[in-house]
Amino acid sequence: MEGRLVVAVSPHIRAEMDTRKVMMGVLISLVPGIVAGVWFFRWHALVLLASCLAGTLSAEASACILRKKPSTLGDLSAAVTGVLLAMVLPPTLPFWAAFLGGVVAVGVGKQVFGGLGQNIFNPALVGRAFLMAAFPVLMTTWVAPGPEAVTVATPLALMKFDHKATPLLDLLVGKVGGCMGETSALALLIGGLFLVLKGYADWRIPLSYLGTVAVLGAIPWAFRPDLYPSPMFHLLAGGLMLGAWFMATDPVTTPVTKVGRYMFGIGAGVLVVVIRLWGGLPEGVMYSILLMNAVTPLIDRYTVPVPFGGKR
Amino acid sequence: MRSFRGGVHPPYNKVTQDRPIERVRPPERVVVPLSQHTGAPCEPSVEKGQEVQRGQKLGEAKAFISAPVHTPISGVVKEIAPHPHPVLGEALAVVVEGGGEMEDWPRGEVDPDSLEPEEIRMRVREAGVVGLGGAAFPTAVKLSPPEDKPIDTVILNGCECEPYLTADHRTMLERAEDCILGLRLVMRAVGAERGMIGVEANKPDAMEALRHASDGEVEVVPLKVKYPQGAEKMLIKAVLDREVPTGGLPMDVGVVVQNVGTAVAVAEAVRDGKPLIERVVTVAGEVGRPGNYLVPIGTPFSYLLEVAGGLQEGASQVVMGGPMMGIAQRSLEVPVVKGTSGVLALRALPYEEGNCIRCARCVDHCPMELMPTLFVKFAKGERWDLLERAHIMDCIECGSCAYVCPARIPIVHYIKLGKLKVRSLK
Repeated sequence: MEGRLVVAVSPHIRAEMDTRKVMMGVLISLVPGIVAGVWFFRWHALVLLASCLAGTLSAEASACILRKKPSTLGDLSAAVTGVLLAMVLPPTLPFWAAFLGGVVAVGVGKQVFGGLGQNIFNPALVGRAFLMAAFPVLMTTWVAPGPEAVTVATPLALMKFDHKATPLLDLLVGKVGGCMGETSALALLIGGLFLVLKGYADWRIPLSYLGTVAVLGAIPWAFRPDLYPSPMFHLLAGGLMLGAWFMATDPVTTPVTKVGRYMFGIGAGVLVVVIRLWGGLPEGVMYSILLMNAVTPLIDRYTVPVPFGGKR
Repeated sequence: MRSFRGGVHPPYNKVTQDRPIERVRPPERVVVPLSQHTGAPCEPSVEKGQEVQRGQKLGEAKAFISAPVHTPISGVVKEIAPHPHPVLGEALAVVVEGGGEMEDWPRGEVDPDSLEPEEIRMRVREAGVVGLGGAAFPTAVKLSPPEDKPIDTVILNGCECEPYLTADHRTMLERAEDCILGLRLVMRAVGAERGMIGVEANKPDAMEALRHASDGEVEVVPLKVKYPQGAEKMLIKAVLDREVPTGGLPMDVGVVVQNVGTAVAVAEAVRDGKPLIERVVTVAGEVGRPGNYLVPIGTPFSYLLEVAGGLQEGASQVVMGGPMMGIAQRSLEVPVVKGTSGVLALRALPYEEGNCIRCARCVDHCPMELMPTLFVKFAKGERWDLLERAHIMDCIECGSCAYVCPARIPIVHYIKLGKLKVRSLK
């Protein structure tokens, strides 16, 4: 016995939740959204998922080899990035573009910063922003759900450019044009609730993000319901549900303080409404989160809590 | 139910809570370190070869913040030399060889209200009583608050929020009357009007015993079952809703806190003139006969573990104290000291430190409302100046942050290192 005693600093017991389990929890929470995406967009969705995962996983593995570090594929973070990226891309995006997006997401979005936990911006959104800039036409070509793949406009574009509202029930179920994993608000809501109720993510950002969009979206609508979308439309359309539950809750790129998390959600919410109503683009979820990612270090810096027993 | 903000819920594993306190037959050789407390070590008051009687002083406390040590067995002083120490690594100790059965110490009489506070303090100091909760701060010092810090309340700490440990639980059950007597003596010594006992709500039998023993004069407060409920500052917050100011002490908010085991030691010291020569230790985990043992101070861990049925297959770590704040031992030759609340045999799990994912679980669970993320960042970056500004000195090292960290970062390690650096740079 003597000499073989393990000496380590306290505590000598640990909670069950480790990084891998957190990432696994996120993946499980994404299942309803993935199922809806596959249901609506069939093999397009599967090809997209496979291509994005191939991109993120190969970039992660290559980075580990280049940096002479043990493989980090097991922490599942690259898998989460791959799945999230696939969900925010148009279903008919060619497989090579999706693969490239995955490589950029993990390669440029995460590994150049030093790997998991070091990056400033949400890697999946970095991948998407890259594809937006590189292939604007491919990235704005949308199809209707179903085997036919008929080209359509997204509900947000219809609203923005034609002032045409899509029935809320269609938005809720997801029977509309849009990104592979963004169309069914209901599926994402179920997954998102699972995510926060099981403690995989904090509820503060989704709550403040969605709440801000609803409240802010309601103001112009109250005055000109013919011109502006209802708050319900704001909540259910586009990438907000996915963004609020799964992108804005990425712990790495969001504040660590509780006050900071509210600020992040409110800031992102304001940006979404401003871009949707007055910006040049129909949708603003991606930029709202990326912009708030950029100010996260600043938010953390100015929201350090007063310690127990300190002057409040 | 009353509590504090933050904290964690580790599995409690209090398998020994129904095991009555069992007296351990003293070993033939005890190793009594001259430093078993916070403050200055005491100086040896015996010589090699000298015969000593049970309860005789082995070391004299010369400084104010110090406590004398006594021999738990009658015998001969074999040597005064450095020995392995469960907290300090190595320290000067007096080795006594002798042995025999341990008899009950003769019981005296006392009326707490007729004793002068100074008399109580003197007897407590002479008996070498220190805080038995783990920190081992000399009790007589706590009983001497300065004039400008009036004390209105004494709180006995019966939380025992560390997993596995049940020594305090058993003490409250079996020694309820002495707990109350100790509380009265402490109240008398510091001039406090009010006595309260905070107990985690998972020990209703202990609360009942204390209420019964106190005739309703002492308020027994059930507290939420949450770690670290027994941390002094968290306890005061929960019981009285008072916040000890940062860098301050309980007396800054008019409170003195004593562990229930310490209260019993105070009662024995003042009433019976009994020095602190034995204490209740929970031995649990991977041992054959887990239980609560009344152990002579100076008993080697190896002897105690044998009494408790020996280490079982799979035990790879021996911890003094609880699993959250206890100290992992490198040798089993270390003796039980006054601050030894438990000896745990654990299966050490290999944890590999991963990257921080900024999930903020550590921030959310910190009972002191600190930012452990910053401690790790600044300690790794050797920015000791920033560490101090991030209030690292307020950290109570409860380990809640490291417990919940999904990346398994040994946060407490970085904090201890950071504190050491901050102190050394002053």
